[in-house]
Amino acid sequence: MAKRVAVVGSGQTHHKSQRLDVNGVELIHEAVSRALEETHLTRDDIDLIIIGNMDHFEGINYVDMWSIDGSGGLMKPTIKLTTGGTTGSTLAIAGYHMVASGLFNVALVIGWEKNSESDTTAAINTAFDPVWDRLTFAGAIGGLALEASVYMHNYGVTEKDAARVVVRDRKNACGNPYAHLRKEVTIEEVLKSPMLCDPVKLLDMCPRSDGACAVVFASEEVAEKIADTPAWIWGATNRHLYTFINDVDFHGLHSLKNASRELYQKCGIKEPLKEIDVIELYQPYSFGGLLWLESLGLCKDGEAPQLVWDGVTDMGGELPINPSGGVIPTNPIGATGLIRCAEAAIQIMGKAEGHQVSDVNIAMSTGFGGCMWSDMLLYGKEKP
Amino acid sequence: MELLTKSSGETEQPFRYSVGKWGSQFLQELRDHKKFLGIRCPQCKKVYVPPRQVCGPCFQRMDELVEISDHGTLVAFTIIRFSFIDPETGFTRPVPYGYGLIQLDGCDNTFQHFINIEDESKVKIGARVRAVFNEKRKGNLLDIKYFEVTD
Repeated sequence: MAKRVAVVGSGQTHHKSQRLDVNGVELIHEAVSRALEETHLTRDDIDLIIIGNMDHFEGINYVDMWSIDGSGGLMKPTIKLTTGGTTGSTLAIAGYHMVASGLFNVALVIGWEKNSESDTTAAINTAFDPVWDRLTFAGAIGGLALEASVYMHNYGVTEKDAARVVVRDRKNACGNPYAHLRKEVTIEEVLKSPMLCDPVKLLDMCPRSDGACAVVFASEEVAEKIADTPAWIWGATNRHLYTFINDVDFHGLHSLKNASRELYQKCGIKEPLKEIDVIELYQPYSFGGLLWLESLGLCKDGEAPQLVWDGVTDMGGELPINPSGGVIPTNPIGATGLIRCAEAAIQIMGKAEGHQVSDVNIAMSTGFGGCMWSDMLLYGKEKP
Repeated sequence: MELLTKSSGETEQPFRYSVGKWGSQFLQELRDHKKFLGIRCPQCKKVYVPPRQVCGPCFQRMDELVEISDHGTLVAFTIIRFSFIDPETGFTRPVPYGYGLIQLDGCDNTFQHFINIEDESKVKIGARVRAVFNEKRKGNLLDIKYFEVTD
């Protein structure tokens, strides 16, 4: 029998460029300890552990085995998932599905990465086809630059428009104690930062971080006993795209467009801009903070820059995006999608303190990765 | 206290990837005749490059190879300026280099390759480009030197 499912708490590490004081297992344990502390649960209360990262960043392939001391998975059902950049959001969707199945009451879901341990772009390239993609491909930055080039060409969007997104997210991160880059930047600083792949500059792009996130998913049997205000999951969707980078149509993020329409339909959302109170968007670069709002149907094609300049997505705006700062200031890749889930739930639960959006009843989180694919979850204060 | 790290060393773990029947034919045609092959889906009639066995959207097997042009239009473009380790060689990839998606004439998806950026001002989305081949060709994507703007 399918059960209703809620996020009842989470824990994060203080994300940094390099954590030499802990290995991966110890980093995972930090996030897990914080999640257990917040939910007042012990290891014995956990029925299932789902853990994930992108193996090729650390070169350790059986994380479910190797991390067992840190995850708390000793002699428990433990599953590992990896789906590239969407790993964290896939983990969240899996936690939802497994608890909804009625077979597990409480699932502990863990995403983590120690990106300091390898060359991030080199590792990302190994996710792509060895014969047809790798010769010319330059990881996430190169692929996203292609998308930005098409978007600018189609709508006359400028680098300054994109910089405005960075200014918002870096400002928001200052209110989040767990964010990695907690320093505001100006439009001029973004525009003057070194060019990585035209038109994407250093400050348009997320950093690579060491960090972990753990989120507790609970069934309706126990959710309200664990949390005063559980963040109920109203729905989840995901979409994958094609085999090779050169198969992708870069006119909008089609996977996100498709996934969001199904999610809105499932959850009865007719006017997303008005009805959704906050979005934690997996937006690893600035131009995604414009184009992907159009793919989400928040405005018409080409109109996202105006929406962002008007402050609609700022704290205090009609639909704040990334109150945590999002991905541009913080990116431990295998944890990143799960942090979006944790932060969206925190907003519903009213526990975000320095980055709390007022009166959040409906929140949404997304994941982005691989060959331009998308994951989404929608949460409500009310039980679905 | 001093916090230590351990290197994985300078060793290599080489892989040998299968190119497949259609992919092999594509690379041999490129090497021997400087020609591009695509493959047509029997259902949606779209022509794909490089040729592969399955049309993802239709989930149909394809087996009709068609010759496509070595000329096309640039549909997405960037210049890679940051350096990173190329996992194919183990060495830092030389930058800057032009990188783009080319819609070859007679083909429905795009082809990705290097773009000659000697004259950056000419390299724009919508520009007409053509493949420039290397003299010595070995049956891999490097048999194409790059694409250059013909406008």
